[in-house]
Amino acid sequence: MAIATTSAAEPGPRVMLIATVVMTVALVLAPVLGVYPVFLMKALCFALFACAFNLLIGFGGLLSFGHAMFLGMAGYACAHAAKVWGWPPEAAILFGTGAAAAMGVIVGLLAIRRQGIYFAMITLALAQMVFFFCLQAPFTHGEDGIQSVPRGKLFGVLDLTNTLVMYYVVLAIFLAAFLFIYRIVHSPFGQVLKAIRENEPRAISLGYDAEKYKLLAFILSATLAGLAGATKAIVFQLASLTDVHWTMSGEVVLMTLLGGMGTIFGPVVGAFTIISLENYLSTFGQWVTVITGAIFVVCVLAFRRGIVGELAAWWARRQG
Amino acid sequence: MEIFGVPTQALFGQLLIGLINGAFYAMLSLGLAVIFGLLNVINFTHGAQYMMGAFCAWFLLEKWGVGYWWALLLAPLTIGLTGVIIERTMLSRLYKLDHLYGLLLTFGLALIFQGVFTNFYGSSGLPYRLPEEFAGAFNLGFMFLPKYRAWVIVASVLICVSTWFVIERTKLGSYLRAATENPALVQAFGINVPRMITLTYGFGVALAAFAGVMAAPIYQVNPQMGANLIIVVFAVVVIGGMGSIMGAILTGFGLGIVEGLTKVFYPEASNTVIFVVMVLVLLVKPAGLFGKEK
Repeated sequence: MAIATTSAAEPGPRVMLIATVVMTVALVLAPVLGVYPVFLMKALCFALFACAFNLLIGFGGLLSFGHAMFLGMAGYACAHAAKVWGWPPEAAILFGTGAAAAMGVIVGLLAIRRQGIYFAMITLALAQMVFFFCLQAPFTHGEDGIQSVPRGKLFGVLDLTNTLVMYYVVLAIFLAAFLFIYRIVHSPFGQVLKAIRENEPRAISLGYDAEKYKLLAFILSATLAGLAGATKAIVFQLASLTDVHWTMSGEVVLMTLLGGMGTIFGPVVGAFTIISLENYLSTFGQWVTVITGAIFVVCVLAFRRGIVGELAAWWARRQG
Repeated sequence: MEIFGVPTQALFGQLLIGLINGAFYAMLSLGLAVIFGLLNVINFTHGAQYMMGAFCAWFLLEKWGVGYWWALLLAPLTIGLTGVIIERTMLSRLYKLDHLYGLLLTFGLALIFQGVFTNFYGSSGLPYRLPEEFAGAFNLGFMFLPKYRAWVIVASVLICVSTWFVIERTKLGSYLRAATENPALVQAFGINVPRMITLTYGFGVALAAFAGVMAAPIYQVNPQMGANLIIVVFAVVVIGGMGSIMGAILTGFGLGIVEGLTKVFYPEASNTVIFVVMVLVLLVKPAGLFGKEK
C-alpha cells in the first residue's frame, strides 16, 4: 500500500557512487560548456527543494502539500536579513534556514497528529494560512515582495555578484545537502523511517517511537527546503509570494513524482526536467498549467515509479 | 443600535455574508465527504468542478439563452456526467493503490481544468445576470436581506438536508453506508458496488456544480473561483472530520458564521480564522469534531 516502493530496488553503492560522480562532474562543467548559469542555479535550488520534499514522502511516506511555506518563508527571512539588517549572505542563508526549521517544528507537531490524506490536507491548509500571513504582514511587502536583495560577499571574500562564483556556491550548497540526504536515508534513522512507512504498527511494536521519527523527518525536510528557499532568495535577489503559493507546493510534488518518489536521484532529474520544460514553454502562458496537470495525470495513471524509478527497475531486471 | 461597540447593521450584514459563505462550505464539504466515504479519495478537482458548474450556467445563459432555473438542473447533470467519465476512465484504476494517488490525480485534473478555462476566459470575472424574480430585498426591520441571498441559504439547507436524509434514512442510503463499511460483503449480496461508486462520485461532483450555479450571480464567474475556496473547504473537512454527513453540514455553516464574525471584530484575521480553528481542533481533538479515529 505504501506510496513509494522503488527504493527497495535501489542499485548497489558502486552504481550510486558512479552516478553521483557523473552528476557532480556534469554540474561543474555545465556553465563552462555554455549552459546558462542562472538557469542552472534555478534548477539546482528546485532540485534541493525536491530532494528535501522527497525525504518526507519517499522515505517517510508522508505527503506534504504545503512545502512551499518553508521555501517561501525561508526566502523572506533570508532576504529581510540580507537587505534590511545588512547581514552577510552566509548569515542570511543560515537565518532563513533556521526560520524554516523553527516552522518545521511547529507545523510538524500539528500535522503528524493525522496521517495519509489528512496529513496532506492539514499541511496544505497551514501553508495557505502562511500565504495569507505573508500577503498581509508588513515585512514581506505584499505583492511587491522583497526586491533587490544584495548578494554581498560570502565570508567577506567571495564576490557573489559574479554569476559564475554564485553558481559554484549554489552547487556546493546543493551537493552538501544532497550528500547529507543520502547519508540520512542510509543511516539507522533512515532505515527506521522506512520501516515506519512500510508498517507503522509493527515498527511501534518493535519499540520505535514512530511519532518522534516522523517529526524529526519532517523537521529535517522543512530545514532543507528552507535552505533551498534562502539560497534562491540570494540568487534571484528576490523573495515573493510566488514561493509561498500552493501552486509551488504542487510543483515540488510534481517534480518528485516525475523523477521518481523514494529514489535518491529522482527529485534532481524531476526538477531539471520541469524547470527546462517551463523555460521552453514560457511563451505559452496558461498552457503551462495545463501541461503540468497533464503530466500529473499521466504519471499517476501510467508512470508511478517516475523516470529514475523506471530506470532502476529496468536495471534490476537486466541484472536478473 | 450597537452590540459590543459594533453597529447592528454591520454585524448582521457580516453574519449574513458568513452564512452565505457557510452555505457554500457546507455544500462543498458535503460533496467531499460523500465521495470520500465510498471512494476513499479526496477530490481535489472539487473546486474546479464548482467553477465549471458556474461556467456551465454562464454558457447556457449567454450562448443559448437558457435561464437560471434550467441551469440549476442542467449544469449539475452535465458536470456530474463528466465526473462519471473521470471515475470510469481514471479514478477506478487507482482503488487498489495508496489513497494519496487519488489526491494527486485529482490535483492534476484540477490544474488542467483551471488552466484551460483561464486560457480562454482570462482571470477576470464574467458577470452572471441575477434572475428577474430575485431583484430586490426583504426588509427585516433591523436589516435588508437581498432576495437572492435568502434563496441561497434556503436552497443549500434543503439540498444538504435531503442529501442527509437519502444517505441516513433510506434503503439506497443504507446500501451506500454498508458499502462504505465493507464493499466486498455488500457486493456478495448482489449489489453492483462499482456502479454505486461511479454514481456516488457523479453525485458528489454534481453537488459541487450545483454550488457553482448558486454562486454565479453572487460572485463573478471566474476560472480561479474554486482554487482558493477548495483549500478552505479542506480545512473545514479536517475540522469536522469525515465521519458524518451531518457533521460536514454543521461545520460548514458554523465556520462560515465564525468567519463572518471575525470580519466584524478583527478583519485582519478573517482570511486565516478557519485555519486557526483547524489548528485548535487538531490540538484538542485530532480526529475532528464529528470524526471517529480509525
